[in-house]
Amino acid sequence: MSETGEFLQVSIWREQDGNGHFESFQVPRRDNQTILDVVAWVQQQADPTLSYRFACRVGMCGSCAMMVNGAPRWTCRTHVQKVADDNRLEIAPLRNLPVIKDLAVDMDPFFDKWVAAEAVFEPSQTRDDPMPPINPQDPMRIAASDAIECINCAVCYAACDVVAANPDYLGPAALNRAWSLVNDSRDDGQDARLKAVSGGGGCHNCHVQQGCARYCPNELNPTLSISGLKRATAKSLLGWGQ
Amino acid sequence: MLNLHLYMAQRLTALIMAPLVIGHLAVMIYAVQGGLSVAEILARTQGSLAWFLFYGSFVLAVSIHAAIGMRVIMFEWLGIKGTLLSLISWGVCLLLLMLGGRAVWAVTFAGAGA
Repeated sequence: MSETGEFLQVSIWREQDGNGHFESFQVPRRDNQTILDVVAWVQQQADPTLSYRFACRVGMCGSCAMMVNGAPRWTCRTHVQKVADDNRLEIAPLRNLPVIKDLAVDMDPFFDKWVAAEAVFEPSQTRDDPMPPINPQDPMRIAASDAIECINCAVCYAACDVVAANPDYLGPAALNRAWSLVNDSRDDGQDARLKAVSGGGGCHNCHVQQGCARYCPNELNPTLSISGLKRATAKSLLGWGQ
Repeated sequence: MLNLHLYMAQRLTALIMAPLVIGHLAVMIYAVQGGLSVAEILARTQGSLAWFLFYGSFVLAVSIHAAIGMRVIMFEWLGIKGTLLSLISWGVCLLLLMLGGRAVWAVTFAGAGA
């Protein structure tokens, strides 16, 4: 990467033991620079005590999501030139999750809700049974495919205003995963799953604002999945099957 | 703060309200275009079971629908929860039902014998 001679004015959220504030850094601007590059530069060149989380750096692991200029982003695949506002960046920990330190958030509430939504595969057969054939053109399989590429980055969870207003809300990612399993013909946990997404924090709280769909880095549409869950639970209640 | 039952109650009451709103607008336009006086309107509604059922079901649907919507707003924006949230929600429902019911009764059966 070549330096451009310009500098980025970067404000980074620093927090420890519940006390937080923004701290300013000047970071050399480079061509093809990602937000994760900026955070890494600060940690390696300016302040080694800065805490943040990343792993794969290629948009697969879902570890490095942060708030960038107020919007949730996967920082390893977000270029500075796409989001910088007049060479200014404000980098903060993901919204709607408790901060452990600086830019690292506690993901436990996020994953606890996956379990609470029964967003876990419940096999209907054993490993000794033959593999059931699944037609790729089957409508259920197509619906599952539309929802399946989630990398658990929690960008949608941070983008969701319902999560912000209702801490019990299961959130777009868990409900999206539940919908992909509702469409899995091999799964045997549908009754428990539909019940799990029908409670006080369930899919019916979604206001269809589509913040999740707008910011999902993999261009999934959790709102559409949640609408599917609303239909499935309503049909189940009315005894119309799924 | 919606569960499946509250969600369904709100959607079903919306389904009921939609044709009733259209009917109400049509009646209003007809009454204005035709230049009906208050006395002429009341002459048509007094003692009418049909108008009582039309506006009575509308008031009932509105009371349920609005109370559930207010419940969500009170929870998400004002942080009201638990028993207090349920009490206020029921209060909103009963208040709307009382006010609307009183109006419907007034134009249908209250003065029917007069």
